[in-house]
Amino acid sequence: MSDVSIDDLFRVFAEGAGRVELGQLVSDLMDTPFSVIGYDSLAMLETASRLEREYGVTLSDADVNDAKTPRLLLQLVNAAQTR
Amino acid sequence: MITKPTAVVTGLGIAAPNGLGIEDYWASILEGRSGIGRITRFVPDAYPAILAGELPDFDGADHLPDRLLPQTDRVTQIALTITDWALGDATLDPAAVPEYEMGVVTASGSGGFEFGQRELENLWSKGPGHVSAYQSFAWFYAVNTGQISIRHGMRGPSGVLVTEQAGGLDALAQARRNIRSGAKYMIAGGVDASLCPWGWAAVASGGRLSRSQDPEQAYRPFAPDADGSVAGEGGALLVVEELETATARGVPRMYGEIAGYAATFDPRPGSGRASGLLRAIDLALTDAQLAPRDVDVVFADGAGLPTRDLDEAQAVAAVFGPHSIPVTVPKTMTGRLNAGSGALDVATALLALRDGVIPPTTNVPPPPARLGVDLVVGGPRRRPLATALVLARGEGGFNAALIVRAPR
Repeated sequence: MSDVSIDDLFRVFAEGAGRVELGQLVSDLMDTPFSVIGYDSLAMLETASRLEREYGVTLSDADVNDAKTPRLLLQLVNAAQTR
Repeated sequence: MITKPTAVVTGLGIAAPNGLGIEDYWASILEGRSGIGRITRFVPDAYPAILAGELPDFDGADHLPDRLLPQTDRVTQIALTITDWALGDATLDPAAVPEYEMGVVTASGSGGFEFGQRELENLWSKGPGHVSAYQSFAWFYAVNTGQISIRHGMRGPSGVLVTEQAGGLDALAQARRNIRSGAKYMIAGGVDASLCPWGWAAVASGGRLSRSQDPEQAYRPFAPDADGSVAGEGGALLVVEELETATARGVPRMYGEIAGYAATFDPRPGSGRASGLLRAIDLALTDAQLAPRDVDVVFADGAGLPTRDLDEAQAVAAVFGPHSIPVTVPKTMTGRLNAGSGALDVATALLALRDGVIPPTTNVPPPPARLGVDLVVGGPRRRPLATALVLARGEGGFNAALIVRAPR
């Protein structure tokens, strides 16, 4: 099973919670908190639900809540895929 | 004597079936151009009513950031868009105002019906894991107030009124209360939009819509053979602010003052007692410290149901005298917009004061003399106007009367 990429992640965010203007965040996107990027807790909830459906994984609310950046969320999803 | 702070309207945001924005809408109204037609957003043939007032070419994506689209129903997209228009009209930049000085009061009759319909479809066709997280609030009556407040950082006194068709007036009156209590700026009014199969199942089952298939025959208030009304989508949101604040910041214009208001509730159906409408008019005049002769025009509720129209005609005649004041129902060109109508009628009344012209009631002949109503038909009527009374009645017994006065 192939890894979920940062592009995949932001596509899923855009589908469920709308696109954000990334502007100068792009350079350090992987480690920028979602709250700074512009995705709040409901956007995280909706996106987690879509990631579960699309990639056939199960993500706990607590783990998603702790995954504050794209890097951490990607690690979470990709680890869940290999389980 | 301590005078209460005066609440003035300094900006209008309008989305109506016959026009988006102030001048587009106002030109339509004066020309008698209707926005009522066969429903196009879904196939309406299975319903008892097939006509509605649909907004022309409104797409939230044309007006709002992408981030807001997946989390909002159409009604909220309309509300957010016309809030921008009202702020622009008032040249008010919320980012430059302390957030606790601005509040939001909106009225809603239906909430976000279409959003809820889509998520029910997801639930039953795909399963519970497919229901949007945003369903948690997107359907809710309070969502317009909440989204406007969040978007513009308006954290002052805010609220939501749910009184069906009377709500637009009730919200503007609540905005005036908040101004009197110290708020500097309010966004206030009402919007409704539930033209989707599920929403229409509710609207069309109320027994108040005409079954006519002719857009020019379906909504004819005060006509002896009126058989109901047409529903529509849209409404108006207004910037209301304190007079001294508005003067100090040099607003481009003051449309007028919210000078008087009252709300009453009807007695139990079948009680034989009079409706509360007459009392609402009297109380609003008292609140405004005006005599009936001081009022120049009445924007009537115009239910389009003979018993309701008779009741309204009698109340107006009892206060002002038979055939003694011009009465108009421009919403014959938009349909009844639920909570949107009262606010849109106030915006229309303020434009009438601005330009000295009473917009017409379309599609109806002059009412029978026994009704005592001087209905403005056949075209607009030009005359200097200083004060207008707007009436709105909500299903379930709500009556509201609001008086606006031109700036002095």
